[in-house]
Amino acid sequence: MMEPHSAPTPKKYSKKPKYSKFSQQELPAWKPILTPGWVISTFTVVGIVFIPVGLASLFSSESVEEAAIRYDDKCLNEIHAQNAVAFIKNDMTNKTCTTSWTVERKMQGPIFIYYQLDNYYQNHRRYVKSRNDKQLVNPASEGDTTNCYPQDKTNGSMPIVPCGLIAWSLFNDTYKFWVNTKSLTVNKKDISWGSDRSHKFGSKVYPKNFQLGGLVGGAKLDENMPLNQQEDLIVWMRTAALPSFRKLYGKIETNLEVNDLVEIVIENNYNTYEFGGNKRLILSTATWIGGKNPFLGMAYLFVGGVSLLCAIVFILLYVIKPRPLGDPSYLSWNKNPGILK
Amino acid sequence: MKRYVYINDDESAHDLYCDNRISNRKYTVLNFIPKNLWEQFSRFMNQYFLLIACLQLWSLITPVNPASTWGPLIFIFAVSATKEAWDDYHRYLSDKKANEKEVWVVRNGIKKLIQAQDIHVGNIVWLRENDEVPCDLVLIGSSDPQGLCYIETAAMDGETDLKTRVIPSACMGIDVELLHKIKGVIECPTPNKDIRRFDANMRLFPPFIDNDICPLTIKNTVLQSCYLRNTEWACGVAVYTGNETKLGMSRGIPEPKLTAMDAMIDKLTGAIFVFQIVVVMVLGIAGNVWKDTEAKKQWYVLYPDKGPWYELLIIPLRFELLCSIMIPISIKVSLDLVKGLYAKFIDWDHRMVDLETSTPSNATNTAISEDLGQVEYILTDKTGTLTENKMIFRRCCISGIFYGNENGDALKDVELLHAVSSGSPDVVQFLTIMAICNTVIPTQSKTGDILYKAQSQDEDALVQAAAHLHMVFFNKSGNILEVKFNSSILQYEVLETLEFTSDRKRMSLVLRDCQNGKILLLSKGADEAILPYARTGQQTRNFIEAVEQYAHLGLRTLCLAWRELREDEYREWSLMFKEANSTLVDREWRVAEVCQRIEHNLEVLGVTAIEDRLQDGVPETIETLRKAGINFWMLTGDKQNTAIQIALSCNFISPEPKGQLLSIDGKTEDEVRRSLERVLLTMRITTSEPKDVAFVIDGWALDFALNHYRKAFTELAILSRTAICCRVTPSQKAQLVQILKSCDYRTLAIGDGGNDVRMIQQADIGVGISGREGLQAARAADYSIGKFRFLKRLILVHGRYSYNRTAFLSQYSFYKSLLICFIQIFFSFISGVSGTSLFNSVSLMAYNVFYTSVPVLVSVLDKDLSEETVIQHPQILFYCQAGRLLNPSTFAGWFGRSLFHAVVVFLISIHAYAYDKSEMEEVSMVALSGCIWLQAFVVAMETNSFTILQHLAIWGNLAGFYAINWIFSALPASGMYTIMFRLCRQPSYWISIFLMTAAGMSPILAIKYFRYTYRPSKINTLQQAERLGGPIVSLGTIEPQPRPLIEKDVSTLSITQPKNRNPVYEPLLSDSPNATRRSSGTPFDFFQSQSRSSLPNYSRNCKDN
Repeated sequence: MMEPHSAPTPKKYSKKPKYSKFSQQELPAWKPILTPGWVISTFTVVGIVFIPVGLASLFSSESVEEAAIRYDDKCLNEIHAQNAVAFIKNDMTNKTCTTSWTVERKMQGPIFIYYQLDNYYQNHRRYVKSRNDKQLVNPASEGDTTNCYPQDKTNGSMPIVPCGLIAWSLFNDTYKFWVNTKSLTVNKKDISWGSDRSHKFGSKVYPKNFQLGGLVGGAKLDENMPLNQQEDLIVWMRTAALPSFRKLYGKIETNLEVNDLVEIVIENNYNTYEFGGNKRLILSTATWIGGKNPFLGMAYLFVGGVSLLCAIVFILLYVIKPRPLGDPSYLSWNKNPGILK
Repeated sequence: MKRYVYINDDESAHDLYCDNRISNRKYTVLNFIPKNLWEQFSRFMNQYFLLIACLQLWSLITPVNPASTWGPLIFIFAVSATKEAWDDYHRYLSDKKANEKEVWVVRNGIKKLIQAQDIHVGNIVWLRENDEVPCDLVLIGSSDPQGLCYIETAAMDGETDLKTRVIPSACMGIDVELLHKIKGVIECPTPNKDIRRFDANMRLFPPFIDNDICPLTIKNTVLQSCYLRNTEWACGVAVYTGNETKLGMSRGIPEPKLTAMDAMIDKLTGAIFVFQIVVVMVLGIAGNVWKDTEAKKQWYVLYPDKGPWYELLIIPLRFELLCSIMIPISIKVSLDLVKGLYAKFIDWDHRMVDLETSTPSNATNTAISEDLGQVEYILTDKTGTLTENKMIFRRCCISGIFYGNENGDALKDVELLHAVSSGSPDVVQFLTIMAICNTVIPTQSKTGDILYKAQSQDEDALVQAAAHLHMVFFNKSGNILEVKFNSSILQYEVLETLEFTSDRKRMSLVLRDCQNGKILLLSKGADEAILPYARTGQQTRNFIEAVEQYAHLGLRTLCLAWRELREDEYREWSLMFKEANSTLVDREWRVAEVCQRIEHNLEVLGVTAIEDRLQDGVPETIETLRKAGINFWMLTGDKQNTAIQIALSCNFISPEPKGQLLSIDGKTEDEVRRSLERVLLTMRITTSEPKDVAFVIDGWALDFALNHYRKAFTELAILSRTAICCRVTPSQKAQLVQILKSCDYRTLAIGDGGNDVRMIQQADIGVGISGREGLQAARAADYSIGKFRFLKRLILVHGRYSYNRTAFLSQYSFYKSLLICFIQIFFSFISGVSGTSLFNSVSLMAYNVFYTSVPVLVSVLDKDLSEETVIQHPQILFYCQAGRLLNPSTFAGWFGRSLFHAVVVFLISIHAYAYDKSEMEEVSMVALSGCIWLQAFVVAMETNSFTILQHLAIWGNLAGFYAINWIFSALPASGMYTIMFRLCRQPSYWISIFLMTAAGMSPILAIKYFRYTYRPSKINTLQQAERLGGPIVSLGTIEPQPRPLIEKDVSTLSITQPKNRNPVYEPLLSDSPNATRRSSGTPFDFFQSQSRSSLPNYSRNCKDN
């Protein structure tokens, strides 16, 4: 413990900064460079992995059975076709219409029933903001209608529950199915997200003053049913990001066999005529990747193919025009040192 | 305007003039917040962000929570304000130290020790030897019986020799005790910054001698920051105090420096701003049109028929807010952070610690490290910067015999020692001249050692050397000089001193040898001032050879000569000399003429050679930096010959025939003009030859050149890679910096003395050497280093890395902001051009603050090439100098990359999540995940060296993204409740993400690889060479080839519009940046073809250029 002897040393160098690998920028580092080997194998691997995945995705997408029935035009007879908007806005007209469809390939249950709207901007800024999440979940905040204008209060200044444009414009077409003249039960339970039912929509919040604000938008709600059981509303209020979207209507738990004749009775209430939107009814099965959507599979095949092509091109380039890496003669000052002097 | 200073009047002056409190502070406690806010808001970026933040308070147009802008904005302001406060606090501390220094001041007739800040105008301040002068004083007393005192003015003008100051005639002979009671009035000009003039009068009140007005000049003053030397005590009257001293007045507030890179970033920000406005206008109009045509039909949106008056503005303003993230608010914080770290790396660098004094390097200005990598001109001081400022006698040649040639040290040369001991008359006479032909004052210290106080370091070296050779000059009392030689004491009486002037280039003494009564003339001076006056018949060829030989070695030479004067000759001449000395008109010229009459027919004895040792590594450093394309100018207050000698010895200029030194001189305006034109002509002709052409100019000619022929001189400055300017004043140094700056060159000024301060402050980068001449320069500088050789590391390692890193960081910041902004814009096309934000507030804020800022911050550790490779291949610095890594072209590459990535992410998100999956929150998270993954891979791809920290930051950040989102997804109150859990369970999510990554990165990888292998930049080639382990050799042995003639018609110089230089087509590596600018009209084919062949979108991304 001869401390006194060693004491002056640190004092002498006290001004000198402390040494560490970080402060000297000397941390050990991995310095990869783009060698032909690395790059070509990367492209090859991407190609080899992507093509099978693409094939699998495409295959499963193709295995989905899907039927899309456009009915907005079918459900208009010639008389009304001239003035579809007046027809759809008139409460008095009979809007029931029937269509039928023959099953072409077997559909394994559960079969999902969607309605599809085109040219419908649920993502419009005025629309998408027009809701109040607090009001939906908490009975105490039912007067809170911030953001809901112009569907926030009735003419008598009573708060509307649920308020806002989204709820107000709730989709109100309904479908009934008969298979080979036998009524088909449509399961409308659990079509919305469980988390929405448990946390986003209150079990003690009941619709109030809904669709009483003068203009009637879409569907009316059962005032005796709490919001978390109004699954159509819950589905509708999960706004779509695209102007063309499908929303789950219900599920058919049974299988549909080939050549089954499905008769569909549609209550064509929802106004898409005003903005020229289409309405479709979709019956679809599902696989691990979801509904029918060949996009991912095709994209994978494309990217995988291009990667392999890149790999091949680079291999060819490497063979035809080999170029030594790091050749000092490529340094121009080595070629011509005089100019720098 | 005049100021009247009443000497020793304790009451009156207190209120009239400020006290001696020095204040360099910018703020006070009270005005800090308003002043700082005002300063911050005077920056465009901050105004912009404030406007955006205010607009966001309007809920009708805000796409997101206002907190997402206010939070970062307040944070940024707090950080900047804290930094300012911290700096100001340090200024306060250093002021406080100076203010509280204790000095002796007469108060009520008694000497008291008070704090320097309490000195008032009119107070009598007493100084002791080696005290620093606290304020500007007019001398009234000194310990010297003749009223002289010596001061060192290095801190003010950088001159290290001692200067004499004298007390005014009126105060001569006043008793020390009476000085306490002296009263009088000094009439002096109002405070000004002219340190060479002081035109004042003094009148002492009775009982002090007479009532006459005594004129005062600068010779009667001692100024603040000088040191009293060789004088036991002195006292003076304070005339200027505090910030009103001459030094304080000339201090000025240095302008904040802006790096070329910052300017470029500002320019790019401006371009993005314009782009943003265009986007906003287009989308705003489209939105309004869509609203009026389509939205009215979309009944569920319930557009009112008639909106408020501002209705038309709503949609454009929404888009303005949506697009405001195009200009990343984080860039300022990130840049400040990394710049701070660059500075720290300089402070910490062990290889830049001066081991002799254990002084580390220090970056005072933390904001300009990138500029170090873009330096094009280095303006360097000579004494103390290139040299150690230690003069040592090394060799001599006495009557044709060379001493010291074998071992490089004449003092150890046996033959010389032998000659001395044997008393060879020539050698003894030589030593006598060395010892006494000077103005040195010997003093004896208490221990008996003899100390020499010399005005010139050369004289000091000669006297010291003579003492070593047993010729000890030990006493000077009045006119009698006493020399001890081999224990016998010799006395000489000085009859006349023929002073040194820069015109005469020699000094002589006429003295009487008291031993035999003979009158001798002893001369020493430059070879051209002595050898032509040699005695007829004396062979001077030997001496000429010696001078040449020594000059080649970079030694400072002086020739020594003598002759005996006849009594009558002396008498006759002495009368003329006295007469000349008392003439009023053209005195200097008359004196010189008279001196000439006696300084002839000299017996030349020999030549001395003094070494002002170069600092270690100076020639290597200059050579390396010159290879890196940096031009050197030497600005010195020293003599032309010395400057040229030093320049030769440190590779600054090459000797003939490889180099050519052109001299611009002249005494009149016309001569200077002709000389300048001649040099310019030569310079134009020789630019095509592989020859080092430099010009040398002295301060006198420079004055004309700068004031009357500025254009021609500027042209010369552009043509010349090397220049030596001697005898220049501090303000001329600053003017030269100004000229180079006006040609849009990045300048670095390096110096060590107070006379370099202005140049250091003026230059883009000021580097101070914390050396012998005090810390004045180091304090004013942006960087202070211990030795000149650290400059190499400062520029090549720190400057270059800083530039590269900032280039990446700034462009990446724009890339990631543009990426998310483009997605928002695309989304607006499918959301009825209504300004809906795809991303929620939390994501948007976290995207800028967490997800994308962390990985890029660790790019401060990135090294594209190892330090050794860079030092070995300094030419690679061209990339930084020419701004090849950050310019509109590389920026366009990043812009294209973000556009491409936005397309990839957006298309894949909306197609993979179409129909039944098109739930808003989900699509938004898919797109956001895609952005995060892509940016992680982009950073990885652009990183050249992965330390553990990089891996942690890049991949850890990716993991962090999921962690943060899982947390938000677990909160029922958040809008994102369960979203991330749902997504992570879906195979299609992962498939989409991998697809985005692969589709986004493959083209970049392919292009990068192609360019890397088949169109490699020099950086790439060196990277490959370095990492594949092969020896990296510079094939420097090939014979120099003639420089390709770039442009024959050099007269069409682009100096008239130097600002228009196009950074894209900078010819690189094939020639110097000078040539580049000269040929800006005709770019190199090579580079054009390269830039044409490169793909537009990704061609000029950061590192693979």
